[in-house]
Amino acid sequence: MSDLTRLTAAELAAALTAGEISSVEVTQAHLDRIAAVDGDVHAFLNVDAEGALGEAAAVDAARAAGEELHPLAGVPVAVKDVVVTKGQVTTAGSKILEGWVPPYDATLVTRLRQARMPILGKTNMDEFAMGSSTEHSAYGPTRNPWDLDRIPGGSGGGSAAAVAAYEAPLAIGTDTGGSIRQPAAVTGTVGVKPTYGSVSRYGLIALASSLDQAGPCTRTVLDAGLLHDVIGGHDPRDSTSLPEPAPSYADAARQGAAGDLQGLRVGVVNELGGEGYDPGVRDAFQKALDTMVAAGADVVEVSCPSFSAALAAYYLILPSEASSNLAKFDGMRYGLRVEPSEGPVTAERVMAATRGAGFGDEVKRRIILGTYALSAGYYDAYYGSAQKVRTLIQRDFAAAFEQADVLVSPTTPTTAFPLGSKLEDPLAMYLNDVATIPANLAGVPGLSLPSGLSDDGLPAGIQILAPARQDARLYAVGAALEALLLQQWGGPLLAHAPELAVAR
Amino acid sequence: MSTIDSAEVVRLAGLARIDLTEDEVTRLAGELDVIVQAVATVSEVAGPGVPATSHPIPLTNVFRDDVPGETLDRDEVLSQAPEAEDGKFAVPQILGEDA
Repeated sequence: MSDLTRLTAAELAAALTAGEISSVEVTQAHLDRIAAVDGDVHAFLNVDAEGALGEAAAVDAARAAGEELHPLAGVPVAVKDVVVTKGQVTTAGSKILEGWVPPYDATLVTRLRQARMPILGKTNMDEFAMGSSTEHSAYGPTRNPWDLDRIPGGSGGGSAAAVAAYEAPLAIGTDTGGSIRQPAAVTGTVGVKPTYGSVSRYGLIALASSLDQAGPCTRTVLDAGLLHDVIGGHDPRDSTSLPEPAPSYADAARQGAAGDLQGLRVGVVNELGGEGYDPGVRDAFQKALDTMVAAGADVVEVSCPSFSAALAAYYLILPSEASSNLAKFDGMRYGLRVEPSEGPVTAERVMAATRGAGFGDEVKRRIILGTYALSAGYYDAYYGSAQKVRTLIQRDFAAAFEQADVLVSPTTPTTAFPLGSKLEDPLAMYLNDVATIPANLAGVPGLSLPSGLSDDGLPAGIQILAPARQDARLYAVGAALEALLLQQWGGPLLAHAPELAVAR
Repeated sequence: MSTIDSAEVVRLAGLARIDLTEDEVTRLAGELDVIVQAVATVSEVAGPGVPATSHPIPLTNVFRDDVPGETLDRDEVLSQAPEAEDGKFAVPQILGEDA
């Protein structure tokens, strides 16, 4: 049997269903891969070999007994550490939750378990998902499998790197301002931020509740659709969960893979792609766009003038919501408790000492920024104005989607940058998400897939955006473009990544 | 436009209940001042006639059936608390002064 870690989730599922391979073999192959390369990549914060192999063996036994199984049963998956897993340590990349064992599963984890997908472990991330490089993890950065001296994106750098390094065929990410799509772009993988409400937020450690959305991190568009089908759908435990039934995203991807884009109106967003975007990233984007045109798509230029204020609005709304959400880390019910070194040991002083010791720099920065934006005298000027910008951005999207079926842009302005190069300049770090943030503010879905190699030999991504609730359109168009690009390239872009050194 | 100096950072950190070292206060004052100036542009974008959006996809009257569900296991929850006693969370004294 060839290397099982190089197969897509769809291929693994087919081979498992046909009885050609066992889930134990597949799961063990990925655990072996993790043991071999994760010392360098550091995509995982913890690995649950026993739990994963136990579930795999149970799936194999059920299959042997002729039980009806979910198509992805036995296909292993990695889960971002911001998603709670019952009985398995969950830290959200923070010291304040070091060693915390959640007493419940997130709804999306329940659905992974119901589909009987072995959970390999929890992936590294910027602390509480605040960051674009995974360097703000309290447990050390993840490294980009394309170049171990570079960032894998963030906040979900662990999930993207795990998939890119063949440590997992599938991973769960969360995207508040680009944390699924930006890591996908800089690691040469696929990531989808679903429509807000498509995937339940129950059991996600909330960063910004009006922006957070979980979604798939994979190597192919079809695999993303398969995983989205598992985790999506209404959940009564999340009042923002969309109640209407959703179509199969895997089916949409399969239909799209024929590569016919005849008559599709593709809107190029003027405000996303000009100044500040690397020439190599722009070239890769343009080639992908030309490929779509050659397959019958019509390109229209669209203008979204309020997008220029999106970043500013985002960095008011997110810190404001985060400062409120993170108030629960008070050292009383879970996680770290630190007592003040001198003076009376009161609840308030314990809380302040705990948060001073337990939160990292970026978390402190954003909580204090959010406290400022929400404080008396500034609320209307900052938070109130940012919410108005949100309305303008929604209107821009509505107008753009009158002219186009999907919108496209480069996913990120640059390719992966060297570790440490933006740590001292928070504002420069924030600019990484300039193209991905508008979708979160408006709640619309977005997909990133590889557009090609930039002139530095590193992967770049193209972002496809669709109207709210039209996630299926992303999968159809994404799968079509992916199929066309793979024909051009003669194989996946990831084949150009250097082989990682293997620990023995 | 206000600026964020060290005194303001100390005040905000107090509101946010985060102990900061002097070095952290100095550094945050510089960084936050730059960030706030960058984000302050939002107040110039939207006029008074634009309504605020608090939620991307508004849903109203979200109800579920009022039926008993599963609750978390008390002992499992308390096993993860910094301190527990008699089946309850144990917390430090609440009031600062001698009551």
